[in-house]
Amino acid sequence: MSKKRIVHYINNFYGGIGGEEKADIPPQKHDGKVGPGMALEKELGDAATIVGTIICGDSYFNENLEKASAEVQAMIESFKPDLVVVGPGFNAGRYGMACGTVAKIVDENLGLPVVGGLYEENPGLEIFKRHAYFVPTGNSAPSMRTAIPAMAALAKKLLAGETVTEGYFEKGLRVNYFAEQRGSKRAVDMLLKKIGGQEFETEYPMPAFDRVAPMPAIKDIKKARIALVSSGGPVPKGNPDHIESSSASKYGKYSLVDIVDFDETNGETAHGGYDPVYANIDLDRVLPVDVLKEMVKAGEIGSLHDYWYSTVGNGTAVASSKKFAAAIAEDLLADKVDGVILTST
Amino acid sequence: MRLEVGNIFIKDVQFGKKTEVKSGVLYVNKDELCKVAGEDERVKSVEVFLARPGESVRIIPVKDVVEPRVKVEGPGGILPGFMTGVEQVGSGRTHVLKGAAVVTTGKIVGFQEGIIDMKGTGAEYTPFSRTNNVVVKVEPIDSLKQHEHEVVVRLAGFRAATYLGLAGKEATPDEVKTYETKPLFEQSMKYTHLPKVAYVYMLQTQGLLHNTYYYGVDVKEIVPTFMYPTEAFDGAIASGNCVSACDKNPTYVHQNSPVIEDLYAQHGKTINFLGCIITNENVTLMDKERSSNMTAKLVEFLGADAVIISEEGFGNPDADLVMNCNKIEKKGIRTVLITDEYAGQDGGSQSLADSTPLGDACVTAGNANQVVTLPKMDTVIGYPEVANVIAGGWNGSLQADGSIVTEIQVITGATNELGFHYLTAKTV
Repeated sequence: MSKKRIVHYINNFYGGIGGEEKADIPPQKHDGKVGPGMALEKELGDAATIVGTIICGDSYFNENLEKASAEVQAMIESFKPDLVVVGPGFNAGRYGMACGTVAKIVDENLGLPVVGGLYEENPGLEIFKRHAYFVPTGNSAPSMRTAIPAMAALAKKLLAGETVTEGYFEKGLRVNYFAEQRGSKRAVDMLLKKIGGQEFETEYPMPAFDRVAPMPAIKDIKKARIALVSSGGPVPKGNPDHIESSSASKYGKYSLVDIVDFDETNGETAHGGYDPVYANIDLDRVLPVDVLKEMVKAGEIGSLHDYWYSTVGNGTAVASSKKFAAAIAEDLLADKVDGVILTST
Repeated sequence: MRLEVGNIFIKDVQFGKKTEVKSGVLYVNKDELCKVAGEDERVKSVEVFLARPGESVRIIPVKDVVEPRVKVEGPGGILPGFMTGVEQVGSGRTHVLKGAAVVTTGKIVGFQEGIIDMKGTGAEYTPFSRTNNVVVKVEPIDSLKQHEHEVVVRLAGFRAATYLGLAGKEATPDEVKTYETKPLFEQSMKYTHLPKVAYVYMLQTQGLLHNTYYYGVDVKEIVPTFMYPTEAFDGAIASGNCVSACDKNPTYVHQNSPVIEDLYAQHGKTINFLGCIITNENVTLMDKERSSNMTAKLVEFLGADAVIISEEGFGNPDADLVMNCNKIEKKGIRTVLITDEYAGQDGGSQSLADSTPLGDACVTAGNANQVVTLPKMDTVIGYPEVANVIAGGWNGSLQADGSIVTEIQVITGATNELGFHYLTAKTV
């Protein structure tokens, strides 16, 4: 069996190209191993060879994120690797972010496994941990001694097609599997342990939630510019963007300029979580355009933003909702919107 | 209250001249069944199909699954408030055609209907690939609104199951299980050395096609109340909802209510199972507060040391689950929760819409957003194109070759929160 192929990503310092003064160098590729790759390849033994090394300055990478990502991805692809190793980046913030970003593009765009090493407080870890097997390291270079064997061990297992379950920071991804006992039996067993004072392990550790503090009230509503955003799925008749009835992958942006009142001809709901009859007859019930247009006319509010934004909240991941909201908020800020009416169902 | 459940094992289902059980085979007179299921002026047509384990058959969209049962001794009948009067059920003797099920399908009502595959990947995710299914395809007359359409199909399924259940009336069961819960004081004194456990049974009642019935009453309209566990086995709780298929409780699952069964399995051994509190999942804050306050009060009133709380649905009802958990734990009564997750297709998002640090013992029935490919089946009963619109699918889910790429959300019973199936999830 031929040896598996690994590409190694490191920064300019570990690549032997100066220090901070050279942190602005763009990515460059080398055949074979460089710097910490020496020790890594030794640990890998017969399992794999480092076929190429990509070196990039941390400042360059972080300041030219899109360009650097594309360049590094092309270089990695040119080596046709089976697995990519990043770092270890220890507690170096910008290096950790670069390692994490490389892990993300390799995971998402190339679908290859990524192994890295980071200190538990490295900011890159929390953001990118889902994209790589990051082994825990010390906070600086002397822990290279223990980091490299740990990274090599994980890489070997992954290249051999084994399932790895330990030796790295949890990616934080929920993965389904079939248990030996049905759920109700597991619940009874857990209950017996809990009341018996024995140790038990929850199957889902409940998260601590974000709480958003409300903004101060609008001072003069008669001058305020108001926008409408909804997770109740209000869309133009025919659902032109095919927003999904549940677990939405997108939001829609639609013009309100020509609508004074919704009826059965110009609006409907895409939402799959409630009986759509009454929303489809009169979508103002989900998105109160009729009332708001009257209020503008009567001078009760300043003006209405020209578009409404809509998605479906039903079973849609919070991460997706956050992404939609960030993009919608940019739009609203650009149009100097003062207040938003958020409708759900 | 004492109930004997006599299980008649059904290994196969076939069409025959007479509806009867012979040597473990359920024979179905198709014409009679069609006629019974169609006894409603709002029904335009009824067709009946058979789908057995291992066959290359897909049923889509699935509305409800009902188990054929019949009351042999004791008051009342199966599915009180619908198929019989409202006499108290849960005592005497009930016969079950164990291994058979009625599955209702037909034109789509809402978005939240399911898929049952009898073979392949999809079959692993649904408990109803293991039953011999009598599929009743019901089409209503035109011009019915969605909520009327739902009623028509629901009742047709109940009539079909009741009709088939009669075939078990004279049959000799292969096994008889006895379940008994005494009146509270008596039960409480019976196993004084064992911890007292109750079951908080949350029912989907968000309204607008999300309804559950207790003796025919819409549970949205009730305040939480006590239930003898055996009542469920006689169909006291019936599904009338179009919540996402993976985690709605078909009537069949209530009839076989798994937490009740598994608590009974420990009854008198490691626990003293006092009974159930049924509660709702209404949408207004005042309703949620009232129902969770009352639920916590009733748990305390029973004198329970611990409870299992099961949810139905996701999102909005997560708030009810968390309120019930908080209020019961704060009374010093231990809880275990059963839920499922919507962690995104990559599993990287938070799984619930609400959370509490007191929910430290949680059983999960898996991430409903997981994407699977359901291979093409030779036979499709129903309407394959609805795969593109039912909750969990998307425009393009149905592939040109007949396979379906979709979230497991569309699969009936995949992440059932009464703990009826085996799927779960872990963090990697």
